[in-house]
Amino acid sequence: MKIRLELTVNEETREVLVAPHKTLLEVLREDLGLTGTKHGCELGECGTCTVLVDGAPVLSCLALPAELQGRAIATVEGMAGGGQLHPLQQAFAELGAAQCGYCTPGVLLTAQSLLSERPTPTREEIREALAGNLCRCTGYTKILDAVELASLRMAEVAR
Amino acid sequence: MMRLPPFTYVAPRTVRDAVAALREHGADAMLVAGGTDLYPNMKRRQFEPKVLVGLGGVAEMRGVRGSARDGFTIGAGTTLSALARHPDIVRHYPGLATAAGLVSSPQLRNMGTIGGNLCVDTRCNYYNQSFAWRKAIGFCMKKDGEICLVAPGSPRCWAVSSSDVAPVAWSLGAKVRLVGPAGERVIPAEALYRDDGIQYLAKQPNEILTALLLPPADGRRSAYMKLRRRGSFDFPVLGVAVSVRMDGETVREARIVLGAVASQPREATKASAALVGRQLTPEAIDAAAEAAAGPSKPLDNTDFTHPYRKKMTRVFVARALRRIAGLPVSGRVEEELA
Repeated sequence: MKIRLELTVNEETREVLVAPHKTLLEVLREDLGLTGTKHGCELGECGTCTVLVDGAPVLSCLALPAELQGRAIATVEGMAGGGQLHPLQQAFAELGAAQCGYCTPGVLLTAQSLLSERPTPTREEIREALAGNLCRCTGYTKILDAVELASLRMAEVAR
Repeated sequence: MMRLPPFTYVAPRTVRDAVAALREHGADAMLVAGGTDLYPNMKRRQFEPKVLVGLGGVAEMRGVRGSARDGFTIGAGTTLSALARHPDIVRHYPGLATAAGLVSSPQLRNMGTIGGNLCVDTRCNYYNQSFAWRKAIGFCMKKDGEICLVAPGSPRCWAVSSSDVAPVAWSLGAKVRLVGPAGERVIPAEALYRDDGIQYLAKQPNEILTALLLPPADGRRSAYMKLRRRGSFDFPVLGVAVSVRMDGETVREARIVLGAVASQPREATKASAALVGRQLTPEAIDAAAEAAAGPSKPLDNTDFTHPYRKKMTRVFVARALRRIAGLPVSGRVEEELA
């Protein structure tokens, strides 16, 4: 039997009618048409499906929407605003931090969460924060560079 | 897309309602908190409960209360992230904060709970595989089969206790609160575990682990070290938890507990006893570390070779004790901890 849920995704309230055993990943992609969230291992071993719940990175492949009513869910589709890329997206594009791009949405959101808590992280703090996101192209160095560049630019603007 | 098997989801708001839901659905029901251990297993069809009782909405099971003087009560639904960065836990029970912070990856620590890690399913190279893989090689006794594929002559399952927090809770002398239809009981953490890969918990299926109870800090020093291939994601293939209380320079009480070397955490009692009444000198530490390797009897059913895991028991016990003693720690300790 399907259940009716009200989810807040990228600051919009969306109503869905879904089977209770569907994960957030499935609901985002199949019921809400938000395919920016990628499915990788689907077992919690890769970080590709990361989304933010109340600002903290979690894995949508292991999250049940029934538990997330009233919580703020953020996906990569919500990052750019007003025709402008998020500074992280801009830095990733400029530095080639996305190779095949499959891990990129999850990495961007995890990095966004880090920068909101810690606007100018050290390299080690970035590595620690991204320790749950695997890049199958192994392009880690450019990812770390891009997060650093974005944090510097955002700190500049904030000043 | 790999999907969960269908189930009905029940979301109680109180422990009492959760106990009632478990009682109502009996063997058809399972408990879930963060879901980081259960859902992957359900996707691989190791569990197919008809009803899931979700504990995420039970507010009384979240949070850390207490003081260093009286001890702390940690709600079982507290996330591993919250525990790892809790200032009182970091300061007074560093071994516990370290262990919580080394579980899996940042995302999974934001979801996974302390209660979930204490009750985490045992693991084995022959068990944590897809349905197709297990079917092809022949099912093992932990799920769908008759024999143990690690030790085919054995009447029991040898799957490995893979909790980072369990050996630390044991070494600290912590207790757990279990609530069931007959009321609640508090038992020592070590009494929660059984030496069997299938029935690895002494908790009854209709009981809920609601809290971890820490004893007064009382000058206790603690440390945890974890062996795994990667610095993230991986479960422990060896965990070493050490807790020591001193009288001045002399050890008054010591407990060394090994994780991931058997189906339950294993206390190195001789090694612990060898430290009592002595100073934490390099010689005393080396002797204790040598003795601690005795009860470490890993089998060939996790990552790395089992002789290596046994050898590393001695090395990690020595490093953990040196850390507690404030002695320089040789080797790649920071990398192991990262």
